[in-house]
Amino acid sequence: MTATVSEEKAGSRGDLPPVPDGAVTVTLKILRFNAEVDSEPRWESFNVPALPTDRVLNLLHYVKWYVDGTLTFRRSCAHGICGSDAMQINGVNRLGCKVLVKDLMSGGGKPTTITVAPIKGLPVHKDLLVDMEPFMEAFKAVKPFLITYGNEPTRERIQSAHDRERFDDTTKCILCACCTTSCPVFWNEGSYFGPAAIVNAHRFIFDSRDEGAEERLDILNDAEGVWRCRTTFNCTDACPRGIQVTKAIQEVKRALLFRR
Amino acid sequence: MQFHKYDVVIVGAGGAGMRAAIESGSRARTAVLTKLYPTRSHTGAAQGGMCAALANVEEDNWEWHTFDTIKGGDYLVDQDAAEIMAKEAIDAVLDLEKMGLPFNRTPEGRIDQRRFGGHTRNHGEAAVRRACYAADRTGHMILQTLYQNCVKQGIEFFNEFYVLDICMTETENGPVCTGAVAYELATGEIHVFQAKAVVFATGGFGKVFKTTSNAHTLTGDGMGIIFRKGLPLEDMEFYQFHPTGLAGLGILLTEGARGEGAILRNASGERFMERYAPTIKDLAPRDIVARSMALEVLEGRGAGPNKDYVLLDCTHLGAEVLETKLPDITEFARTYLAVDPVTEPVPVYPTAHYAMGGIPTNIHGEALRDNDNVVPGLYAAGECACVSVHGANRLGTNSLLDINVFGRRAGIAAAEYAVGREHVELPENPTTVVEEQLALLLSEHGKERVADIRTELQATMDANASVYRTEETLKTALHDVQALKDRYAHITVQDKGKRFNTDLLEAVELGFLLELAECLVVGALERKESRGGHAREDYPNRDDTNYMRHSMFYKQGDGLKGDIRLDYKPVTFTRYKPMERKY
Repeated sequence: MTATVSEEKAGSRGDLPPVPDGAVTVTLKILRFNAEVDSEPRWESFNVPALPTDRVLNLLHYVKWYVDGTLTFRRSCAHGICGSDAMQINGVNRLGCKVLVKDLMSGGGKPTTITVAPIKGLPVHKDLLVDMEPFMEAFKAVKPFLITYGNEPTRERIQSAHDRERFDDTTKCILCACCTTSCPVFWNEGSYFGPAAIVNAHRFIFDSRDEGAEERLDILNDAEGVWRCRTTFNCTDACPRGIQVTKAIQEVKRALLFRR
Repeated sequence: MQFHKYDVVIVGAGGAGMRAAIESGSRARTAVLTKLYPTRSHTGAAQGGMCAALANVEEDNWEWHTFDTIKGGDYLVDQDAAEIMAKEAIDAVLDLEKMGLPFNRTPEGRIDQRRFGGHTRNHGEAAVRRACYAADRTGHMILQTLYQNCVKQGIEFFNEFYVLDICMTETENGPVCTGAVAYELATGEIHVFQAKAVVFATGGFGKVFKTTSNAHTLTGDGMGIIFRKGLPLEDMEFYQFHPTGLAGLGILLTEGARGEGAILRNASGERFMERYAPTIKDLAPRDIVARSMALEVLEGRGAGPNKDYVLLDCTHLGAEVLETKLPDITEFARTYLAVDPVTEPVPVYPTAHYAMGGIPTNIHGEALRDNDNVVPGLYAAGECACVSVHGANRLGTNSLLDINVFGRRAGIAAAEYAVGREHVELPENPTTVVEEQLALLLSEHGKERVADIRTELQATMDANASVYRTEETLKTALHDVQALKDRYAHITVQDKGKRFNTDLLEAVELGFLLELAECLVVGALERKESRGGHAREDYPNRDDTNYMRHSMFYKQGDGLKGDIRLDYKPVTFTRYKPMERKY
């Protein structure tokens, strides 16, 4: 892999837009790969004017819109809700729209380099855009939906505020894959369900209205299930929604140990 | 080219699309085509709640909800549709609860309810607690719950399939919709989906503005496709500006914050909404609050170094309410503005939020060909559609309601239409339009950049077609948009590849944005009155004599250059006579 600063490319799409007041130039080093043309990934660097309040996503857009239109990544809401733009930023999994440049600046006026790479453990299609299908399949495999038997009530089901609170944390999941693709066990064996699937199982196992806990616990008791977790806590650190992912996995393990 | 055959094809996998899929999928062979993975859809960004007169915490009924919706929409609402929505709201919320949605609960374990703008007790007496909610991520929970139930039902999704055209076949009974043409992002391949019924649920077009709560992907594709087919769009001049966007960024802060008691203040700390809406103050409908905020700033009472925003004061709510009932917006303020709502007021300003207009439909979700006739086989629901339950201004929470009530209705209607009917033959060469469009964009024919044209479009729309409009600003906007359309003919796409060509995708999206922006501006120029989300400085009053009517936009001629023909459609009244709107 080689690292080149693509200054010669600057302006290849025409003049660059005016640099805003207060901007500093940062080097954005991106791991590029396009199966249509590349045999191997390669690092490419771009000099990008950035405001301290810019999100990393803004810098990627700058490159795509004004320097190299082939740069490819997913994004949508741009404020941490849709879960499209999970990526490795300086080696850790983050959403590109939730990390601000000011939090990555080198101290003492030294030049800043920000490295961006695709999340690990899923096949890369193009640049930062990975194949999400294995991740979504693991999610679907844990029966991530309310399971009930018997007649439905005419009004809403009754659930105490306390029972509702029990699984509040895991309802926040946006399926961005930051947790699963930060997990060393998942990197080694993609067959492991991974933290996100377990979080979504937890969301229903601990919902007092649900009657499918046993089915899900059986699934998670499998060789590829919760026992693979080595409590590395990478997942908890990576979650952009602040979910206590490792704790949720531990709670599922305890449910398996102590179930009737 | 690949070919597929289904009974029902749903385009879009946000709330409306998936709610339709849940109904259609159990009745007919259904496919959902979506530009994004379903859980990325912008329904997930909705925060505050979904109104229904459950009366779980205080007296309420659906008739009050109907009235509030009609008055909130400045009487441009079709009253039969509003009545259906308010009535079916109750089951819509209960259905979601039964599907698993984790609503916040009352001490008795029922679904909890909070106050929201424009929702009142007994025709305007005081704010009522009508919004069912899950913290400040109600939209997220709706999107997740609907997706979970689609997984449960085994609904077939075609993710990252970008629909670019519909198939229309001429029959002896007029044009019939017979399918959709999609571009597969992963491969660059064209797919034809033959169907008996097609449901559009493609969302809004907020990206015509710079300051918006909308996602990058909200580019009005569905409305644009319909418009290019010569079918009408309705009420495009009515665009909602949500009062509380994070200043300078546009990121949404829910009206639920004011529902929980937060207060808007100007630079001197005055609670200025007391002057504009003495009865319900900060919980006035969005059009009134947005106009009031803009006036405060225009008259020099704005806060901050440039006096260009106002303040949302949540400090008296306490850390616990913020952390438990409004955790996401608390985090947004901290992350993006470095302001802690627990201790400091948050800088806010109106942000482009929601299209009241869209593809005209009847109450079954059937798309209209003109004022009186439907297009058999074509349906629309959600923000891309115009029933019209929102009229000139949508009340907060009524969009989450709209997608559930009319998504469900469209799904049922499409499936019932499809069952027992044969496929109508596709038109000859159904892919020609799309293939030519993509080939043209990929060919070398100019040096214009998509990003430049989009940036200039958004700048002129923010400056000239925002909360307040005049003849002069709108003429400037129209001139600018038309000049940008000319330049669009000379854009160049740098990525020529087949795999995930998002460079090409953005170019296609920009074409839709330009056409929809022009509709918005033309409609706003023609409507010489102020009503709901459309506020004209030069015509400050509502004019029921001349403008109590829906606008209908038809494209004339081919290509981006085509003109717009404006027509009108009467408003449907049932029991409410237009009155002056006071809050």
